[in-house]
Amino acid sequence: MTDVLSFSDLTVDFAVGGTTVRAVDRVSLGVRPGEVLALVGESGSGKSVTALAAVGLLPANATVSGRIAFGGADVVSMNRRELTALRGRRIAMVFQDPVGALDPVFTIGSQLVETIRAYRPGLSRPAARARAVELLELVEIPADRFRSYPHQLSGGQCQRVMIALAVAGDPELLIADEPTTALDVTVQQEILGVLLAVRAEISGAILLITHDLGVVADVADRVVVLRDGAVVETAPVAELFERPQTAYTRELLAAIPRGGARDQTGAVGDVVPVLSIEELTVDYRRTGRAVDGVSLRLDPGEITGLVGESGSGKSTIAKAVLGLAPITAGEIRVGGESLTGARPAALRRIRSGIGVVFQNPAGSLNPRAAIGRSIGEPLAVHRGVRGAALRARVGDLLESVELPRSWADRYPHELSGGQRQRVSIARALALDPPLLIADEPTSALDVSVQATVLELIRSLQRDLHFACLFISHDLVVVDQLCDRVAVLSQGRVVEQGAREAVLRAPQAPYTLRLLAARSWK
Amino acid sequence: MLRFTLRRLAELALVFLGVTFAIYAAVFALPGDPIASLGGDRPLAPDVAERIRAVYHLNDPLWSQYLRYLGRLLTGDLGTDFHGRSVAERLATRWPVTIRLALTAWVIQVVVGVGLGLLAGLRKNTWIDRSVLVLTILIASVPVFVLAATAQLVFGVRLALLPIAGISDGWPLSYLLPATTLAVYGLAAVARLTRGSVAETMGSDHVRALWARGLSRRRVIGIHVLRNSSIPVLTFLAVDLGFLLGGAVVTEGIFNLPGVGQLLFQSIRSHEGPTVVGIATALIIVFLLSSALVDLLNSLLDPRIRHD
Repeated sequence: MTDVLSFSDLTVDFAVGGTTVRAVDRVSLGVRPGEVLALVGESGSGKSVTALAAVGLLPANATVSGRIAFGGADVVSMNRRELTALRGRRIAMVFQDPVGALDPVFTIGSQLVETIRAYRPGLSRPAARARAVELLELVEIPADRFRSYPHQLSGGQCQRVMIALAVAGDPELLIADEPTTALDVTVQQEILGVLLAVRAEISGAILLITHDLGVVADVADRVVVLRDGAVVETAPVAELFERPQTAYTRELLAAIPRGGARDQTGAVGDVVPVLSIEELTVDYRRTGRAVDGVSLRLDPGEITGLVGESGSGKSTIAKAVLGLAPITAGEIRVGGESLTGARPAALRRIRSGIGVVFQNPAGSLNPRAAIGRSIGEPLAVHRGVRGAALRARVGDLLESVELPRSWADRYPHELSGGQRQRVSIARALALDPPLLIADEPTSALDVSVQATVLELIRSLQRDLHFACLFISHDLVVVDQLCDRVAVLSQGRVVEQGAREAVLRAPQAPYTLRLLAARSWK
Repeated sequence: MLRFTLRRLAELALVFLGVTFAIYAAVFALPGDPIASLGGDRPLAPDVAERIRAVYHLNDPLWSQYLRYLGRLLTGDLGTDFHGRSVAERLATRWPVTIRLALTAWVIQVVVGVGLGLLAGLRKNTWIDRSVLVLTILIASVPVFVLAATAQLVFGVRLALLPIAGISDGWPLSYLLPATTLAVYGLAAVARLTRGSVAETMGSDHVRALWARGLSRRRVIGIHVLRNSSIPVLTFLAVDLGFLLGGAVVTEGIFNLPGVGQLLFQSIRSHEGPTVVGIATALIIVFLLSSALVDLLNSLLDPRIRHD
């Protein structure tokens, strides 16, 4: 059988400030008719660049060599007119960020109609409208959403619309670039389902690009592993999981978070809890009730996972503990001291005992400050540490997060995402706080990096014995790390208890649904 | 939406009261005596001056003068100046000149500024982009009196293509030079804003997705890029129109155009309090209207800000 799309010795170089950077290095691979081929690799492995090259959408500073054969023609040598005829009609694309991939100022209906009429110029407006509604039904979007704007839809719904748009041209190949990465766990599975369903509709092949081997196992027929722009391994999916041929693939497989990795630790009773939350209710003026009567208790040295989808109120609880959310009712005590009604000076002192790590390390570090300054700032502000003593302590902190002491003078943009998150952790621990709040600290990171950051948090916790409120939407991560788990849905705790009890024998239907959404391998 | 509109109207009223009172107070706090200066070199007889003061209620406390003024303003009366002429009528003879000048300058800004910006944005980081940047900033850095005088010298005196000053040749001939001079100063801002907005939209995910869907260049740029990048530009242009309608004191002065700006300048110099306040009030209304227009435009163009 001839391949639908085949890359032969594809090489892509980017001209960046006088030098060239090779993003893709002599990649050869073929997509067979009707199959789902997964292109797997970490960010920077060249997988998205390969995909964009297939439709001639690389930025102007890219140089492409090699051959991309599609339907007997070479995409690399196509002119603008030929590319326009290829895109959407024969090769369609679905992108990572569905909300950003739709034009914000047009309704989804008008975007569908526009696209349909571009593919079939003779079609009347009412006929195109009817076809648009049909496509929406195919991806299970109610027809009354026709006049909605993208911002009025959820991320999952937007991705469904993107898939409908991709199907509109009845393409022979659908390229999906990280189609579920930006979505909630429960939605990810649904979107993969929709993708597979439309494949039957268009009877085309799918090239699925992802960093998540968990996704691959569920849907792909074959897998190509990419590293630093080169193909490392190509194998049918079952074979890859059972007998990985290369060390790198084994490493990737080992990095998939697995259930039940953390040892049970004996929780200590009868002590003052590091954090106790009683009947906490938070109302926002615009969006209403975010947290609704939540009670939580965190003992010294304990890690509690706060699990829920986005919008479930988990980050709001973290904000409330830091005194950054309007508390309508209830009480928060940190180390026995009440936060509600505390004077500003007392509030500052309480906060100095709480370390915080945020989701996006790039956004939470001052880009214009050397990382040493960011790490040392809490020490200078709260403890008055200066000069050589400060430098020494910053060096120790860097070492504790496994970064070289000498990096204190580097700037955030010189670091990778994982390294930046290590810096955030060092800063959070600078004051040796009894409580660490980690708000989705690994969700912005690649899987293999995720594993090392989690390992770091675990070993630091063993050494320093801080209590940790670990907020995550990823149950597998929580399972690896936490002693106790609280499951949050729509601002309420639907279930909480020891990790084993909650994750192995869940009682609440919502927890069951959350668990089912994530395949446990 | 209704609550939003009501809040917006309340804000408008508050700004209106605050600004008119501030200007009213400021003009009356100016040093010098307007009544004394009415007499020119020979001082007025004390009882005459006193009578004039009484007619204009100049001996009343400031707040009561202001309230009386405000009351008349609500009936559309802008008051009379110290020569007994109606401020509204004096303004009426000046507005057409200023409106012609402002609209001409504005159209030049829209056509040239948006055109250059589009060109630069679509050809980002090429020599075209860089030339537009250098050109617009260069001419905007020349002081207005230098540019105006040079334009008069070149086009009026040497080439004798256009009138040097005055409005005797009517629109468009008399207005081309002053309007172009005036437009130059907003040009750089319009071009930069358009360029940045177009370049940003061109680089956005949704435009890449449009290319990936195989839509024609005309549709992608003509419909999607244009509509998305027009939002900040139109906002600026609407505010700019309000600003231009405020009259250009220096430009109207140099080209001797009898517009609102010139009247304002003369009135300030001769302590014509009622005229100054009248003009300022009219200008505030123009500003408030143009900012309301901006809000309306924004909500029409960008669905994301429609519903709250």
